[in-house]
Amino acid sequence: MYAFDFVKPSTLDEALSALAEDEAQAISGGQTLIPTLKQRLAMPSKLVSLTGIAELKGVKTEGNTLTIAGATTHAVVAKEAAEAYPALASLAGRIGDPSVRALGTIGGSLANNDPSACYPAAALASGATIVTNTREIPADDYFQGLFTTALDEGEIVTGVKFPIPEKAHYQKFIQPASRFPLTAVFVAKYSSGVRVAVTGASEDGVFRWSEGEEALGANFSPDAVSGLSVDPDGMMADMHGTAEYRAHLVKVLTARAVAAANG
Amino acid sequence: MPEIEMTVNGKPMSGTVEGRTLLSDFLRDMLGLTGTHIGCDTAQCGACTVHLDGRQVKSCNVFAMDAAGAEVTTIEGMANADGSLGAIQAAFQTHHGLQCGFCTPGMVMAAAGLLKENPAPTEAEIRAHLEGNICRCTGYHNIVKAIQAAAAELGAKPIAAE
Repeated sequence: MYAFDFVKPSTLDEALSALAEDEAQAISGGQTLIPTLKQRLAMPSKLVSLTGIAELKGVKTEGNTLTIAGATTHAVVAKEAAEAYPALASLAGRIGDPSVRALGTIGGSLANNDPSACYPAAALASGATIVTNTREIPADDYFQGLFTTALDEGEIVTGVKFPIPEKAHYQKFIQPASRFPLTAVFVAKYSSGVRVAVTGASEDGVFRWSEGEEALGANFSPDAVSGLSVDPDGMMADMHGTAEYRAHLVKVLTARAVAAANG
Repeated sequence: MPEIEMTVNGKPMSGTVEGRTLLSDFLRDMLGLTGTHIGCDTAQCGACTVHLDGRQVKSCNVFAMDAAGAEVTTIEGMANADGSLGAIQAAFQTHHGLQCGFCTPGMVMAAAGLLKENPAPTEAEIRAHLEGNICRCTGYHNIVKAIQAAAAELGAKPIAAE
């Protein structure tokens, strides 16, 4: 790692003023950022830890909205969201491994927007709102491609508001060495319609499978997608799976998610 | 360079670190607690697993300064007060849960993390919990047996070892 200063403020205001400095970078759980720093793929002058800020932690339910503060760990979401939004809690409880879940945070995952991360699928499929220190961004506008989001320099994710669906499920087909999804699908059914978000598959990161959404909106059953096909154009291809394989997985995992959501 | 303090295995410790100093390096190089092993240094293998404020973490994937003021438990803190092996450590010995022993500190700390949350885990829950701890010798069967035995042993006692 290149050398950098490290500060751990206890309030959001202190963190934001530290982040205003040139080349300062926020760090939350660090479970992706620290390996990145070890490979010298980033060279911040200062890391600003968000883990000591009480106002950035916690899970609460108000009416039909589940709000998770930005620096809440996957382990806490897995426990505390279990009643209000079981599909989301289940997703959080399957990220990485127990040690990663003890430190990794929802805000960190969404700010990084890894094309194979789990949380972006949940946020997009739920039509969540990403709350930052300056504004609220709908998930449909937030994800802008590989490791790219609507966040500005120095802007941090302070929370995420999830509308609670009638039914939902997250189906993850795991790449066993990395424990990231090879492809994964989050399906959420609302009174207003069905949303299907796919991670791990596209070269542009998380996306909505609109054809699948339309079919499931008319008939929320696994059969509804059986006649559809997903275009492999623009899908990732590597030693673990071809573009065609990933495209096929989108359909298969969507059907499985619907079957599981229907119980 | 900044000076940090933390409680390690119940004792107050301090040392001078850089921003980039990892918790694993602080424990090993500054405090001489070399029971915490560094296997991959890429947060995959789990040999460096310790407990940070009661949570199981990979110490090569935490900055020492982020752990300032925290309570840390390492493998050195798992023995009984008289120096004899703690229940989990003893079970690993009895059930031959190790061969080369390199992954063992992390395995024991992961087992302790599991048993704290779930004192009577099923075999499947044990295997799932060990997802982030890699052993290249034993094939995991005896590690799982050791953790089952430790769970039974600790379950029979009113107070857990940790």
